[in-house]
Amino acid sequence: MNITESIRLAWEGIRANKMRSLLTMLGIIIGIGSVIAILTVGNSMTSTVTSSMSSFGASNIIIMLQERENSGVRAAMREGDRITNEMVEALKARYPTQIAGVSLSEPLGAGQAQDGRKYANVSVIGVNEDYLNVNNITMLLGRNIEEKDTEGSRQVAVVSNKFVNKMFNGDIPGALGREIKVRFFDEIRVYRVVGVYEYEQTMFNISFASENDLSTEMYIPVTTAKKANSDGDGYQNITVMATNDTDSKSFANTAAAFLNRFYENNQNYQLSAISMESVTEQVDSMMSTMSIALSVIAGISLLVGGIGVMNIMLVSVTERTREIGTRKAIGATNNNIRLQFVVESIIVCLIGGLIGVIFGGLLGYFGSSLLGAASGPTFSSIMLAVGFSMAIGVFFGYYPANKAAKLDPIEALRYE
Amino acid sequence: MQDDIILMRGITKSFYIGRSNELEILHGIGLTVKNGEFIAIVGPSGSGKSTLMNVIGALDRATSGSYILDGSVIEDARDNDLSAIRNKKIGFVFQNFNLIPRTNTLKNVELPMMYAGVPQRERTHRAKELLDMVEMKDRLTHRPNELSGGEKQRVAIARAMANNPSIILADEPTGALDSKTGRLVMDIFHKLNRQQRKTIVLITHNRELASETGRILTMHDGYLTPQNTEARA
Ligand SMILES: Nc1ncnc2c1ncn2[C@@H]1O[C@H](COP(=O)(O)OP(=O)(O)OP(=O)(O)O)[C@@H](O)[C@H]1O
Ligand SMILES: [Mg+2]
Repeated sequence: MNITESIRLAWEGIRANKMRSLLTMLGIIIGIGSVIAILTVGNSMTSTVTSSMSSFGASNIIIMLQERENSGVRAAMREGDRITNEMVEALKARYPTQIAGVSLSEPLGAGQAQDGRKYANVSVIGVNEDYLNVNNITMLLGRNIEEKDTEGSRQVAVVSNKFVNKMFNGDIPGALGREIKVRFFDEIRVYRVVGVYEYEQTMFNISFASENDLSTEMYIPVTTAKKANSDGDGYQNITVMATNDTDSKSFANTAAAFLNRFYENNQNYQLSAISMESVTEQVDSMMSTMSIALSVIAGISLLVGGIGVMNIMLVSVTERTREIGTRKAIGATNNNIRLQFVVESIIVCLIGGLIGVIFGGLLGYFGSSLLGAASGPTFSSIMLAVGFSMAIGVFFGYYPANKAAKLDPIEALRYE
Repeated sequence: MQDDIILMRGITKSFYIGRSNELEILHGIGLTVKNGEFIAIVGPSGSGKSTLMNVIGALDRATSGSYILDGSVIEDARDNDLSAIRNKKIGFVFQNFNLIPRTNTLKNVELPMMYAGVPQRERTHRAKELLDMVEMKDRLTHRPNELSGGEKQRVAIARAMANNPSIILADEPTGALDSKTGRLVMDIFHKLNRQQRKTIVLITHNRELASETGRILTMHDGYLTPQNTEARA
């Protein structure tokens, strides 16, 4: 008697009780289905978050003003507390090989570019020459904001390709050099387009606005923005991009310590630095903790499913006691009987597992597409689920099968 | 092939009910059956006929005594050896048929050959042949619950013959049948005994059927005696 015989025998046993077999499978279907769904959504979430994080630049360090804890009464921030251009220049000069760029920015606010009946929503941000590079923004045509723009506080702008679509019918070369009127809350300002960048959707700018009303960033020189805001010099925070071969986590502390020397005499404020790398690590560990927790829950449902399988197998063995006695009388060995029931349990669990993979995959696909990065279950998670359901079949099927194998043939034949 | 197919000496069988409640059912049975014999065992209900039959069929182990079945020493055999002996040397026919439910006639007859490792084609071929012999050829795909009692018993006999055993053990094979179908079953046994020289041990309450066999033994309270001895007593 070989394995195909056992499979055929077991299959007959399952088919004889279709409804019951299906109900038995339900526990496994739910267990495996939730494992697959969790793994799929978890993977998609992790990759969305990490890709969004890396769009920030993993090697970026954010240095910001922080109130001293012992300052007692809350001191209002004064212009003199801010990070100055001189400090930034000193930092760059001190660590020329570690720093690839320092990005400065000053938000100006939401506005709407208008030209006759055409319009496009924009969020205007004043930036320096390093900003686009530090933030991984890809230029399509024209030029970046440059030093001469910031020095002269010029009225120039870098706009998105979406913006060009709306205002210039997608004609990117034609957009360069054109003047655009942007209406803000209280006034209208005019900028000349010098460059076009490629708009990218990330987790952090998810918008539910229609394509027509989508608001994209428009970059102008930081000094221009400061003037428009009538804001004084200095920044509350700066972003430093470390060079590739610099350990950004430890350089964050070095840079903060260097700059804090300018704050030795400041009673109220100091600087603190965090690297994106450490933030990414934190998010990663948070995500993996979450998926471990969910997997434990799924594992418990698999355990419950497995106990269900064992229960039904025990019932099935009792019901078929006479049949087992007959089989032994005509020459089945204990191993033959054991194999028949273990294989039956494995098949129930495998079918349950496969149905679970299908349902869980669909659920995971649905869930991950809600997160904006639709994905199916990975091959390894399918193999894991299939292997796991087989293991459940063996584990929870063995005891009933062994009980069947050990039945005394005479007692089994006498069983009413 | 041995001349004495069944050779029993001093076989006892006890059941233990509860802790120390020993109940001896067979008291030192001695039995010799020659190859090709057709014998009947009769006796009152509860006298131990089925218990003896289970020991003969290697389904149950004797408590003490020696038993050689077709050259194999049964008391020393391991469980797997007993399975193989039941599979190849013995064909069981039960009062209540014991066909595997939800499994068709053909598959039921193939079953002992499956456990013996006979290839599928050969199995089907032989099963059809056997079902032809018991005149059940046109019921191959019927399931047990679609057959009459007599039909079920004929399928069971075909199954008992599957691995061409040297001995057929039938425990009240006609007990659940009317006299006409019982007759049919008896005729098959006679045919197997005469044409294929199968050794047959038949347990029956029917004196008439018993008298058709070559030798009648009587079971009484766990003692086995030749009939004429009992008749004289
Ligand atoms: N497993 C068991 N445990 C305890 N006692 C048993 C067991 N099996 C059989 N017996 C007892 O052994 C005795 C003989 O039983 P057995 O079935 O051999 O009788 P029998 O001669 O076949 O009777 P019948 O003609 O009614 O079939 C009975 O008294 C029965 O109660
Ligand atoms: Mg009996």
